[in-house]
Amino acid sequence: MTAQLMKGNVAIAEAAVRAGLQAYFGYPITPQTELLEHLAMRMVELDRVFVQAESEVAAINMVYGAACAGVRTMTSSSSPGVSLMQEGFSYIAASEIPCVIVDMMRGGPGLGNIQPSQGDYFQVTRSAGHGDYRPIVLGPASVQEAIDLTILAFDLADKYRHLVFVVGDGLIGQMMEPAVMPEMRPIRPHPDWAVDGAVGRPKRIITSLNLTTEGCEQANKRIQARLQIIRENEQRSAEYDTEDARILIIGYGTAGRVAQSSVKMARQMGLPVGLLRPITLWPFPEDRLRSLVDNGVEAILVVEMNAGQMIEDVRLVVGRDVPVELHGRMGGAVPLPDDIVEQVQEIAAQIGLTRASVV
Amino acid sequence: MVTLQDELVRTVVYEHPKALTEVPTHYCPGCTHGIAHRLVAEVIDELDIREHTVVVVPVGCAVFAYDYFNLDGVEAPHGRAPAMATGIKRSLRDRIVFTYQGDGDLAAIGTAEIIHAAARGENITTVFINNAIYGMTGGQMAPTTLPGQQTTSSPRGRDIRLAGNPLRITELLAQIDGTCYAVRRSLHSVREIRRAKKALMTAFRTQVNGLGFSIVELLSSCPTNWGITPPDSLKWIEDNMVPFYPLNDFKVSDSVLTMESGA
Repeated sequence: MTAQLMKGNVAIAEAAVRAGLQAYFGYPITPQTELLEHLAMRMVELDRVFVQAESEVAAINMVYGAACAGVRTMTSSSSPGVSLMQEGFSYIAASEIPCVIVDMMRGGPGLGNIQPSQGDYFQVTRSAGHGDYRPIVLGPASVQEAIDLTILAFDLADKYRHLVFVVGDGLIGQMMEPAVMPEMRPIRPHPDWAVDGAVGRPKRIITSLNLTTEGCEQANKRIQARLQIIRENEQRSAEYDTEDARILIIGYGTAGRVAQSSVKMARQMGLPVGLLRPITLWPFPEDRLRSLVDNGVEAILVVEMNAGQMIEDVRLVVGRDVPVELHGRMGGAVPLPDDIVEQVQEIAAQIGLTRASVV
Repeated sequence: MVTLQDELVRTVVYEHPKALTEVPTHYCPGCTHGIAHRLVAEVIDELDIREHTVVVVPVGCAVFAYDYFNLDGVEAPHGRAPAMATGIKRSLRDRIVFTYQGDGDLAAIGTAEIIHAAARGENITTVFINNAIYGMTGGQMAPTTLPGQQTTSSPRGRDIRLAGNPLRITELLAQIDGTCYAVRRSLHSVREIRRAKKALMTAFRTQVNGLGFSIVELLSSCPTNWGITPPDSLKWIEDNMVPFYPLNDFKVSDSVLTMESGA
């Protein structure tokens, strides 16, 4: 297969089609609209379901219905639209059914702007709605990775009967890069829990209602047990120059990609800097982070396009062991490699690392 | 020789609909939800579509309707039943999908979903229970509460200067091109119950024939929250609700008329 030049949003949409997406429901919002537009053409061409909903609230509830019916389904939006979908996320999580959500984050709060942001980290990795659960969240840093993680999102959603987010931003969504698209997969059969008509079998019900204390607590325990399995088995991350790193930069998606340039620059200056780029934002790659700190990392710089959200997860893992600083840009600003390097140099000085001491 | 007694034993005069379970309902004495459930179940049995039907139940008194219908079912977030039904019907085109919603669910929090389901001409059926009050939360003012009607959130009676006027949602939905069948019936008398069943039959047949969106509004009682006896509540429907909510056919599309004429 040869690489083709593709825009991130279109690549995700086509990857979803190749993964066997059967029903898409969405609402236009910048910067994800090309995704909806691509599916408006492709899904109808393939005699699959495409509906432009009247709101994000309706879109996620259509996804809820389609997921109950047993088909591979997804929606896509950007931060303000994802806020509106929180109701549906919670019901879907409670119903223990699979679906995929793409969130191309933009500057907030409020209407904010349409520039790249990572301001939704809390909104997607915490509960993404009322009640106790966490969705699986995947954060690609390139168009190729966006394709690969979109395919993975559908498989993880089915495997764990859970919501899976693919989160990017305008930069990932609008950028064109060469990437390879996988072959079309066959449509998977209806799962044995689907509400698709009780032909020759007892009826099935999908509900999030659990009026008794015992029943509701049991349902919660079941969800938490499943989340624990996900936490133990699905942590994913990428690394650059971490073998001998004493300062570790942590950033995901666009911020992680920029930080990779900073690592190169710092290395040229002789500083032992490495990058840990979380691919799963939840489950956070805590095992890998723990082991890097156990193997010589003395200080951490978290690079984010927000006021410091993922840094809380970093501190939960290693906050008592090493200093953890933030390089955060907000309102749609993307961090610059030079600025990150400047902060790395300050950290190096603080922990007594000089070029001479390293060499 | 066949005796009269044998004849009576052999003649089925009453049967539990296959589309209903044997679970006793939680509905209050005198509530007409039970009648509405039975009518829908009879229609499903008569059309022989039980195994091919999915019910989408609301938030409200009918939240447990999935226990009472012997059908595959899902329970929607408040007001979102038409959106969920859209997701199911589009994914399972050969299935019959209906929503069963109360007035708070459909005519307040779910107005956007019902209007756009109708606008898209979704080939689903909606059974709309209008009892002019929020039942499950204990008798608050609904969008359909009558002017002057006392509820726990309109304790001096609905003041239209403060709370606005009731919404005649079926008339509103009848204005939408995608709506094929939009009628109002009542459950306050045997005659009206029979008419209600005929309307439900037409609505489900509209979907079976793939014609588009159909809705049957049923005026219903809520003796508990109205604070009157079951017999008085039936009279209250007749005396107060029917004059405000006329029992009419607001839209019967040409396609439905053709279907009904047997062509």
